[in-house]
Amino acid sequence: MSARKIVLTSGKGGVGKTTTTANLGATLAKRGQRVILIDADIGLRNLDLVLGLEKRIVFDLVEVAEGRCQLRQALIKDKRFESLSILPAAQTREKEAITAAQFSAIVELAAEQADYVLIDCPAGIETGFRNAVAGASEAIVVTTPEVSAIRDADRVVGKIADEGKPIRLIVNRLRPEMVRSGDMLSVEDVCEVLAIELLGVVPDDEEVIDTTNRGEPIVLNESNRLAAIYDKIARRLEGEIVPFTNFDGQSFFGRLIDALKAG
Amino acid sequence: MIEFLKKLFGQSGSSATAKERLRLVLMTDHLELAPELIEAMKRDLVDVISRHVEVDRDKIEVNFERQDSALAMLANIPILSVNRPNPSLTLVPVPEPVASVQPPVAANGAPPNAAPPRVRKRRKRTSKKAAGTNAAPASATPASAAAN
Ligand SMILES: Nc1ncnc2c1ncn2[C@@H]1O[C@H](COP(=O)(O)OP(=O)(O)O)[C@@H](O)[C@H]1O
Ligand SMILES: [Mg+2]
Repeated sequence: MSARKIVLTSGKGGVGKTTTTANLGATLAKRGQRVILIDADIGLRNLDLVLGLEKRIVFDLVEVAEGRCQLRQALIKDKRFESLSILPAAQTREKEAITAAQFSAIVELAAEQADYVLIDCPAGIETGFRNAVAGASEAIVVTTPEVSAIRDADRVVGKIADEGKPIRLIVNRLRPEMVRSGDMLSVEDVCEVLAIELLGVVPDDEEVIDTTNRGEPIVLNESNRLAAIYDKIARRLEGEIVPFTNFDGQSFFGRLIDALKAG
Repeated sequence: MIEFLKKLFGQSGSSATAKERLRLVLMTDHLELAPELIEAMKRDLVDVISRHVEVDRDKIEVNFERQDSALAMLANIPILSVNRPNPSLTLVPVPEPVASVQPPVAANGAPPNAAPPRVRKRRKRTSKKAAGTNAAPASATPASAAAN
């Protein structure tokens, strides 16, 4: 059976595509899935760094596309997770160095030897985005609860919907206390505005920066609360129905308690 | 106490503003991305108006303007003549005689067959709740709007 081919995209940069790709990929691998992560951000590769695999790169995506090496030679196995590998992007090339057809062919090849192929999409809606989306059969749109990120997310949702590919949403970097005080859009607000199915909500957590500094995906630490959150997202992706817990602060009682605390 | 209540009902802060701004900006984005939709609306609008008056199809302008809490569609449709050009071409039977189609002309005080008066029709597109379009009163013309 061929793999699910999923692109993680956002329009806007810096909202957490790479972080989500790394952690969701690692979580799926922990769950026994064979996972290949493809960094489609040619010229600005980062996935290797977030996963701490930068020193092991020999070949890259563009070299595979140009036939200079085999896909398996370019794949880096992440030794911490049995069944996780990544295909790094080229760092000194441009997005135009590869065509949508070439990219799609590589994704197909990867799909033959995996259960999940996750594509870390570059920001923007130009060539790099088009290539990454062309290779995928479904999409996860990542956004933060901010107006500019949501507007950009809406734009990519429109483009992907035009191709008839299913889209789900991850709201990243939510700050429940800000939602409660009315200073941040709630998950419900974001879902209502974008009108796509919610896959998961990841809170803002300083430890993401800390673990990224060290090149360890945060889900490596089983006791971190984000590990449980990514696990839920992975299970939803696998088709399980996992209820959403209410840390987004929309319950009346949550607000009541907060209002009382704040006096 | 008001702060307390605001917190309780989640109405303080900037999130409500953010949501409202997003709603409007996305509506504008979607319209800009759908020129064929605007063309279709123009066509339908002209078809309806043409049942009563002859309009200059080539000079029609449709614009969208952001207002306080809604997006307004502004259609500028030059009228060439109030005599229906060719009744036999009208597919839908018009119950009223042409003579009853007075308001746009009278409102501008221009005699029929003079220089084509321009009717500024203001339509409002509000949220889902108020689906459909409501033609605003004639006071939407720039001159009378200033009096409001
Ligand atoms: N849930 C989170 N909590 C805190 N920081 C985060 C979270 N997700 C991402 N970040 C930080 O945000 C920045 C951008 O993330 P990144 O994944 O590189 O975004 P993108 O790939 O969309 O450009 C990074 O510094 C990352 O550590
Ligand atoms: Mg990135």
